[in-house]
Amino acid sequence: MKLTVQDLNSHYGPAHILFDIGFEVGEGEVVALLGRNGAGKSTTFRSIVGLVAQRSGRITFEGKDVSSKPTHEIVRDGLGYVPEERRIFTDLTVEENLEVGRQPKRPNAPHWTREKLFALFPNLGEMKNRPGGRMSGGEQQMLTIARTLMGNPSLVLLDEPSEGLSPKIVEQMVDAILTMKKEGVSIVVSEQNLHFARLISDRAYIIERGRICFGGTMAELDARPDIRDAHLSL
Amino acid sequence: MAFYVVQFLTGLASAASLFLVASGLSIIFGVTRIVNFAHGAFYMIGAYIAFTLTERLSGAFGFWGGIVLAAFAVALIGVIVEMVLLRRIYHAPELFQLLATFGLTLMVEDLVVLIWGPDDLVGRRAPGFRGAIDFFGQNIPSYDLFLIVLGPVVLGILWLLFQRTRWGVLVRAATQDRDMVAALGVNQKWLFTSVFAVGVFLAALGGALQIPRDAVHHAMDLRIIVEVFVVVVIGGLGSIVGAFVAAVLVSELNAFGILIFPKISIILVFLVMAVVLIVRPWGLFGKPEAAARKTPGLTVNPWRPLTSNERLMALAALIVAAMLPLFAGNYLLTVGSEIAIFVIFAVSLHFLMSVGGLASFGHAAYFGLGAYGIAFLAKMAGLPMIVCLLLGPLLGCMGAAVFGFFAVQLSGVYFAMLTLAFAQIVWSIAFQWVDVTGGDNGILGLWPSSWAASPSRFYWLSLGVAALVTVALRTMVFSPFGYALRATRDSVLRSEAIGIDAKRIQWTAFVIAGTTAGIGGALFAYLKGSVFPDNLGISLSVDALVMVLLGGVETVSGAVIGAIIYKALNIWLVSQTDLSKLVLGGFIMLIVVVFPKGIVGTLEMLAQRRKKASPPGSTLLAKPIESAE
Repeated sequence: MKLTVQDLNSHYGPAHILFDIGFEVGEGEVVALLGRNGAGKSTTFRSIVGLVAQRSGRITFEGKDVSSKPTHEIVRDGLGYVPEERRIFTDLTVEENLEVGRQPKRPNAPHWTREKLFALFPNLGEMKNRPGGRMSGGEQQMLTIARTLMGNPSLVLLDEPSEGLSPKIVEQMVDAILTMKKEGVSIVVSEQNLHFARLISDRAYIIERGRICFGGTMAELDARPDIRDAHLSL
Repeated sequence: MAFYVVQFLTGLASAASLFLVASGLSIIFGVTRIVNFAHGAFYMIGAYIAFTLTERLSGAFGFWGGIVLAAFAVALIGVIVEMVLLRRIYHAPELFQLLATFGLTLMVEDLVVLIWGPDDLVGRRAPGFRGAIDFFGQNIPSYDLFLIVLGPVVLGILWLLFQRTRWGVLVRAATQDRDMVAALGVNQKWLFTSVFAVGVFLAALGGALQIPRDAVHHAMDLRIIVEVFVVVVIGGLGSIVGAFVAAVLVSELNAFGILIFPKISIILVFLVMAVVLIVRPWGLFGKPEAAARKTPGLTVNPWRPLTSNERLMALAALIVAAMLPLFAGNYLLTVGSEIAIFVIFAVSLHFLMSVGGLASFGHAAYFGLGAYGIAFLAKMAGLPMIVCLLLGPLLGCMGAAVFGFFAVQLSGVYFAMLTLAFAQIVWSIAFQWVDVTGGDNGILGLWPSSWAASPSRFYWLSLGVAALVTVALRTMVFSPFGYALRATRDSVLRSEAIGIDAKRIQWTAFVIAGTTAGIGGALFAYLKGSVFPDNLGISLSVDALVMVLLGGVETVSGAVIGAIIYKALNIWLVSQTDLSKLVLGGFIMLIVVVFPKGIVGTLEMLAQRRKKASPPGSTLLAKPIESAE
């Protein structure tokens, strides 16, 4: 397994947010984490990369336990994270944003260069020196993904990549994710949009109120309309 | 004409050191969000070490090598401070970091005297720049010309460092979003350490370069830190170019202010700063800051009024305190009165800081205004004590009403800086307007009327007023006004969205706090029998901050305990040792590291934990909060 999460519990102050979360991601797989707003998708990702301080459980990445490592070490092990709010460095240019994400080459992961990323996201190549704050939402979303890929991750956590984007940009996003998969990057993508998830994912988990309540292939999920209707708003 | 040109060049030369120190402070603040109060101390150590090295090492190489070596040595000290002290407190409330660096400053002030002695040290002239150049009959020291060139050169080097190196890109990214930088695999710890080292290096270099111009002495730190705060605020926190322009502006104001407006030369700079902050709150070259991401309510324990048992306990403590005159002598009673007065002072600032979320760095202004109010009424109008006590604090009230109106337009660090500037203006007036205030000599001979003259009676008076003020402010916390004020503290946007006039509420709180401080100041004037400009000085403002943070900024009335402990310790230390600052500074740093929630905050946390451990009553907290993500 590429990534295994077992018994993950997270708290914000006195509030218990995640309850015994567990899921797996295989080598080269695209797994969707589906759930409504506030179900715990972002907290799950933030807990995996160590951005939530109060967490317990076991997170195994490429056979190594990373659950007590600090964020930057987890990321340097090859586990990339693309946050939901994009969090572009607005004062930095596109190229400088990419520079922040740059990490050395890794033997077991595809190697990304600026040129390769500009081919994947042609819009970015046309605005290399534009400050991040003067880009559209779609362009910023592409830049966050490109920035994380500069770290040559072997697995990427993508938090709601389609949120708030126009249909045309969403299409580009689907293409980009499928290219990443083809290159050999494993991906966990959190989504509210089942339609989008279906275009890219091999398997899906459903999270509701901080608990995993379903796990299976996309076909298995389609066979259970009751679960889909109960846990995912349409 | 030539005279003015020379004056202008002297200003530019002074700007060089100021720029070095200010850019260091700005860089450190940008990335670590720490307002490094110890920056002046590093500047001072830089000067002292450079003095020693340039005395020991001979020749031109020895001089210049000594200057650079001194800056590196201090940067190394900075690295140790960052790793041992600051790393432990990055997650503490931001003012705690200020408190820790203030403690460090206190320690350095004593250490410097211990190592180099209390006398001014005059360093040697810079080899190659000993002479002066004749400019139409006026002399310009050639070292000044060297400094004038150095400023822009350093600016250029810093610009290259930040624009053209990976380190610079990472620093700029971290200035905006530290967590995201970590989430991209960058080790924040080392980034912070390196940034701190660079900032301290610049401060120390600024200090070392001053030795051919100025004598080295043990009060350099406070003088420079205030000026540097002003520079950084005018230029915009985090902007290097802004620091340069503002350093030139401030130095020229100093150079020409004394010629053109000799009466108000000290205030001039602060007036400019106040105007800049009001017109462009984020400074000339700064950027408006996005509201901080925080989830209020999740980490703070909700405040509640005292239970009846706790009220009885507080009452019992008050009765015990009131019995002090039965067994204590006059000295102890005077100390007791002073502590009670500082409880009033601390509680007033605590109200503004904890309840209103507005950390004032110049709260002593209103304390001192209350004291001067008494002096004017008693000495000039000859009014009796009871009338003076009722009217004197009104001067504090009026000061707070005027300054508060402008100050509440800002928030966070900028609010702190503006209140500091206002306090400095008031201090300068008291210091310079000798005809009215007596200047440095103060106003003497204020004695209480016979009904309050004996130490025990004055003690009861102070204690009674302190108790009244504490109860009144506490009652206000749990009144509709207090709810509204706390709402503006937690989120200005949300409170305005439900119809609260945030600015007016904050202004009201500012006036209440200022008036209360004025009451403390009024009593203080009678206790000491005199008033001095120091009664509104920066160190008194800092004392108040320390008392509040020591008690615990997240508590309802922690300041009472903070004031008692800090003041008692302070008075006792001064009587016991010559190195009181060293001990006090060490104590403050220890408290910050061991009890980051303050004394009362830590006690509350322990009580909470014990409660949670025993009965299974608190199931409410264990339920998931649905809206959290």
